[in-house]
Amino acid sequence: MPSWPEKREYISSHHTRIDGPYKVSGAAKYPSDVQPEGWLYGMILRSKWAKAKITKIDLDPALKVPGIKAAVLAPAVEERQKSGADVTMRYYGEEIAGVAGTSKQACLDALKAIKVEATELPYVVREEDAKADDAPRVWDDAPNLSTPSTKETGTVDQAFGECAAVVEGFFTTPVQLHNPLETHGNTVSWKDDGVTCWASTQGITSVHDGLSKNLDVPASQVRVISEYMGGGFGAKFGPGVEGAIAAQLSKQAKAPVRVFLTRFDQNLAVGNRPSSFQKIKLGAKADGTLHAFEFDNFGTAGVGAGGATAGGGSGVALRAPYIYRVPNTRVKQATVAVDAGSARAFRAPSCPPSSFGMESIMDELAVKLGMDPIEFRIKNDTPAPDRADDPNDPANIRQKELKLGAERFGWKEKYKKPGSSPGPIKTGIGCAGSSWGGGGRGTKAEVEIHSDGSVEVRCGTQDLGTGTRTYIALIAADVFGLKPEQITVRIGDTRYPPSGGSGGSSTSPSVSPAILTTCTKALEALQTQTGVADARGSNWPDACKKLGVNPLVTQGQWEKGLSSTNTGGVQFAEVEVDTDTGFVRVKKVLVVQDGGLILNRLTCESQLNGGVIMGMGYALYEERVMDKNSGVVLNPNFETYKLTGLGEVPEIEVILFDMPERGVIGIGEPSTIPTAAAIANAVANAIGVRVSSLPITPQKVLAALGKDKLSA
Amino acid sequence: MSESNSKDGFSISRRSFLKSFGTSAAVAATAQVEAVAAELEKANKEKVIGPEAVPITLNVNGKPIQLTVEPRVTLLDAIRNMTPLTGSKEVCDRATCGACSMLVDGKLIYSCSMLALDAQGKKITTVEGLGEPGKLSKVQEAFIEQDALMCGYCTPGFVMSVTALLMKNPKPTEAEVRHSCAGNLCRCGTYPRILQAALKAAGISKTAKTEVISYAKLA
Repeated sequence: MPSWPEKREYISSHHTRIDGPYKVSGAAKYPSDVQPEGWLYGMILRSKWAKAKITKIDLDPALKVPGIKAAVLAPAVEERQKSGADVTMRYYGEEIAGVAGTSKQACLDALKAIKVEATELPYVVREEDAKADDAPRVWDDAPNLSTPSTKETGTVDQAFGECAAVVEGFFTTPVQLHNPLETHGNTVSWKDDGVTCWASTQGITSVHDGLSKNLDVPASQVRVISEYMGGGFGAKFGPGVEGAIAAQLSKQAKAPVRVFLTRFDQNLAVGNRPSSFQKIKLGAKADGTLHAFEFDNFGTAGVGAGGATAGGGSGVALRAPYIYRVPNTRVKQATVAVDAGSARAFRAPSCPPSSFGMESIMDELAVKLGMDPIEFRIKNDTPAPDRADDPNDPANIRQKELKLGAERFGWKEKYKKPGSSPGPIKTGIGCAGSSWGGGGRGTKAEVEIHSDGSVEVRCGTQDLGTGTRTYIALIAADVFGLKPEQITVRIGDTRYPPSGGSGGSSTSPSVSPAILTTCTKALEALQTQTGVADARGSNWPDACKKLGVNPLVTQGQWEKGLSSTNTGGVQFAEVEVDTDTGFVRVKKVLVVQDGGLILNRLTCESQLNGGVIMGMGYALYEERVMDKNSGVVLNPNFETYKLTGLGEVPEIEVILFDMPERGVIGIGEPSTIPTAAAIANAVANAIGVRVSSLPITPQKVLAALGKDKLSA
Repeated sequence: MSESNSKDGFSISRRSFLKSFGTSAAVAATAQVEAVAAELEKANKEKVIGPEAVPITLNVNGKPIQLTVEPRVTLLDAIRNMTPLTGSKEVCDRATCGACSMLVDGKLIYSCSMLALDAQGKKITTVEGLGEPGKLSKVQEAFIEQDALMCGYCTPGFVMSVTALLMKNPKPTEAEVRHSCAGNLCRCGTYPRILQAALKAAGISKTAKTEVISYAKLA
């Protein structure tokens, strides 16, 4: 049974990124940077209607624009035209066609030249409106609101009668947009001997398989490269419509074509986090034990839910009562379709909204019971009886995280009754917990050792900014007794042994075991082949010399025992609320997080910072706004879709629980789950009333305080 | 969608526009307007450029680069898409995110919002001009050391921003760094470490509190 070395010099150290020099100097080539010989610029024409039946598309005028080398219909449009079916645009921003030319300017002119005629159809873009019986139907064959699914445990109606305290609330979260800095896109070169695609993707294999299938090109003739990529957060899997369009343009133009979305288009069409509208009722016994829980939620995944997709999850369904165990529950969930871009997985799908709703109602109940919110959580965040003695159960881990975190945060000293801090600028604190799976699976890797002592480690995985490339070097260095600078790491190419997609916090628990086992096998093979008993460290150069002309190539794969699943995580937030302006300032966030064996402390801490900052955006600034009358996205750019900035970022303190015996688990998602909940609880604690809708804007704070003129 | 300034077929010279005012005004005013119009026509004749592409020379990182660009081409588009210097990124194309930041005659600008034509005769510095792997600037080294980067797409813009700040203000306070670099966005969340890197490059040490606790040793 393989195991992580107990003595680790580079693994678990504080190590800078080996690709740092390329990123800080502009030398790193992202898929949106590559300039293959003769490359063309490509752009996409999108529906300006929220819903319309296209009656005519004429691409010829585009082809006449000087510099334009190709014009194609979007694959779905072409297919429907060919089959004689209606070509219906189902949301503002859906793809119609693509053009490629020698300059961006030619493409802009070409898009304007394309003639499209359409009959507008009735549409509905907001959840509240779509629920109504007389709302225009998103899908002809089914109502917008799906039949809810209901799950019950125990006897909830009776149980509420037995509670000493009951609280109710209605909590909403918005549709959140991924907005990675590098938009979705690909540079595709379709030649007679195959397709090469530089993809901004979290899964080169997913792009590879998608292109092979969509373009009907043999899998062995498709190559996908993603050496660097500018962020994904869950939405970048598969070639996308934009990838298929880029490929067809390349085929027609007989030249490589780069199609990357504009920021505007990025916010219309390539995924989002579903909204939620959560009606929650929670009751507890006099001693503070949770006893009854009722939950009724709906949300939208855009056109990706309802009717034709049978109201499928698409991440709309939430986890309720999330990390808390309640013996009597009724959980009712539904989805509502609207004529807007479809949802996709977004960092810890379903968890941030679940955490927000649950942790908010928990704090309400704690206040009603007169119990300290931390004590209330310690009482109720417990493992299932059969896991009570399992130190690795997330609830047991969170018990320790709550206690230690509260002490380090100064919870007892800082906690005041809600709304009791003096003056117009009120301070408050809040906390929230999280749970996430993570975990790894099959990954293959390859190590090539050369007689000059140089060594390459190859794996078809991705580094999204997560530090994958770096920990591969650290692991190899520790196995071979070398320095990380002596390891050449090659990733992001489907020519290398396959790994899975980078999602679900599964990359490090998938890749790191494969690297460890493969390097260990490679070392053994080197020693066997050369007869050197211990080839590590200072013996390395001489051992390698004995290899002779042919380098030694060793293949290996992921094995059990080096990774596991399920993390906890708790966050504490301190805020200041200006009750005259409604402005919320986050002063400090403390993260107490476990992640099994930490591969690289430096990059792990950055991930935790990043999760908090994204969660803060969810709490205070981000929401996609649809215009009821025109059906368009009102805020598809950064001046109106607001991200957390350097000016807002609070002091973030990180405490990492080191649990090497659990192996590697994955840390990308846990850190963004409880942040908004902790901040929302801190705001409620500060001002004494609850804003139960994200984002917590100044207007909502003033309204909660009864100071908003609009609501007067 | 970013709209280009398209030619819609309507064209009027400034002189004739001003003249149309002159005919309905008093004689004195007409004479004045005529004089201004004459000056403008002279100026117009010398400076009408485009809409077709024209040759330009840009001074980038100390080297002249010759390009042929339409007047509507931005400095970002020209450098990023017409030269191998792809370090500056197009992220928003409308002056809201800073990923395209360049120094032009020592001033930090959003290159997506400057026309390539207007950058002629000026000294342009891109991130590639600050350093390269093996020979990085103090700011670039500080970024790596403090891990002020993750996916790296915002990094060139921030490196430019911090470099520009330290050129003007070699010992900034934390508040000054936040204010100066507030025009750069990051989605991965590297802000705390960018702050640390900026201060480190200025010779000021600031670290965030991080701690690793052995779970096995916890009570």
